[in-house]
Amino acid sequence: MDVLSCDALSVREVNHTLRRLPPGSSAVVTAPRGRHNLAVGLAQETDIDIEGNAGYFVGGLGGRGDGTGPTITVGGFVGWSVGENLMGGSIRVRGSASQSAGSSARGGLIAVEGDASLRAGISLKGATLAVAGDVGAMTGFMAQSGTILVGGNAGHGLGDSLYEAVIYVGGTIASLGADATSEELVDDDVLHVKRLVEATGFDHIDPGQVTKVVSARNLYHFSAEHHGAY
Amino acid sequence: MCGISGLLIRDPDLEVELGRMLVPMISALADRGPDSSGIALYSRPVMGEGSAGEETPSILRVSLGSDEAVPWDDVTDWASSRFSESAIEVFRSGIRIDLVEARADALVSSVREAWPGVHVLGTGRMLTVVKDIGWPADSCRRHVVDSWTGHMAVAHTRMATESAVTALHSHPFVPGPDLSVVHNGSFSNHASVRRRLEAEGVRFDCDNDSEVAARLLARRLQAGDDLDEATRWVMKEMDGFFTLVVGTETGMSVVRDAFACKPAVVAETDAYVAVASEYRALAGLPDVGRARVFEPQPEEVYTWTC
Repeated sequence: MDVLSCDALSVREVNHTLRRLPPGSSAVVTAPRGRHNLAVGLAQETDIDIEGNAGYFVGGLGGRGDGTGPTITVGGFVGWSVGENLMGGSIRVRGSASQSAGSSARGGLIAVEGDASLRAGISLKGATLAVAGDVGAMTGFMAQSGTILVGGNAGHGLGDSLYEAVIYVGGTIASLGADATSEELVDDDVLHVKRLVEATGFDHIDPGQVTKVVSARNLYHFSAEHHGAY
Repeated sequence: MCGISGLLIRDPDLEVELGRMLVPMISALADRGPDSSGIALYSRPVMGEGSAGEETPSILRVSLGSDEAVPWDDVTDWASSRFSESAIEVFRSGIRIDLVEARADALVSSVREAWPGVHVLGTGRMLTVVKDIGWPADSCRRHVVDSWTGHMAVAHTRMATESAVTALHSHPFVPGPDLSVVHNGSFSNHASVRRRLEAEGVRFDCDNDSEVAARLLARRLQAGDDLDEATRWVMKEMDGFFTLVVGTETGMSVVRDAFACKPAVVAETDAYVAVASEYRALAGLPDVGRARVFEPQPEEVYTWTC
């Protein structure tokens, strides 16, 4: 198993080594000290353990179109945009995540054991973002597809301008954003959340007791009713 | 993008370490702002030698800088001959002259008469202001920042987006005695607020948008607001993206805009409070593993006192 110290190697050197790991192998990245762009763009199914706090974009652009990819664990907290544009595999954050967690991610799972800050899951395009704790304002902004599961409370403007992504919230919602609406849970929802709880171990979330938030679909259909004004 | 930071020392034993703690913070933030940098250093005034109970005259520190090549050694010789009671510290990019407050105006006008390119970067009883262009880590080396001591510092690394790259356009802006402001972000209504302030008699040093917020803050403080009220006013008046760090004679504040468009991370221990644009800049601080690390919430004013 490779042990790569950020005190001795540049981020580029660390990532270069990680990218060349054969499938099934594992590596440990030590002393990250908040460095950005660690473990980005990894396609193979490898186990990467980052021991400490990471910076922006950790694990971003990883995985493949079929949803497979590396399994990345960050021992501490992470900066902006963890798992940005993730294609597959999984990223687990032991601490909290800063803004834009899982932004634009297309596939795979991003699980945050702490809280996530503002705009978590912004423009989500198919991935799953699970946050055990609270999420900040404007979470799920313009999310197009995929699932956001929140174990704690959601901040203001949840799901603003949402497309077809679905948000489940275990706690309270400060306010819904424009064109977001809550909807009755159906059996499929409960099953879906149950599977996510099993996958993440976030078993403080009761799948039958979450609030489901979806798009009211009023904003993204063009309306001709005012066409005379133009 | 710019990098901002503030460091407030709580443990007096750590005051001699201020410079050594600050340099890695500024160097890490150089990636966010490579073109110029500036530091507002706060150190406690040395007590006068007057006998007990006797009122010692207030000493003002006047930090001078310039965008032109100024022979600072000549300015020093000249100032010490005419203001013999003053103490002068020479930096690579400027000088600081400490003298009796009542003589400060005379000093500034006569220096500027002899060297019109010289500008006042800031004044205060505790404040030293240094601004320089070029890679911030190099500037720290040139100014031997790692040897600096003090109880607080507010620093900035700049990536200029709206006005020229010169020392005078660099942060921190010091719109009042011992008041320093650094800004990461951009203001969209700075021109109209500037016009209004100018009509009210406020004078500006340059055309930087951040200076407008700094002058507005000073104006509110002058009008009697406390720092919290004044900062809230700036938040209300100024339209745009910002994280601001403000240093005063009593402490340090940080505030972010309603959308938290610009980052900020705080690390707080019993020994110090440090704020920076990115955690990377805080990662080398002593005992940071045991610090309370958090991100300031949008539109909330956080203040720590010395």
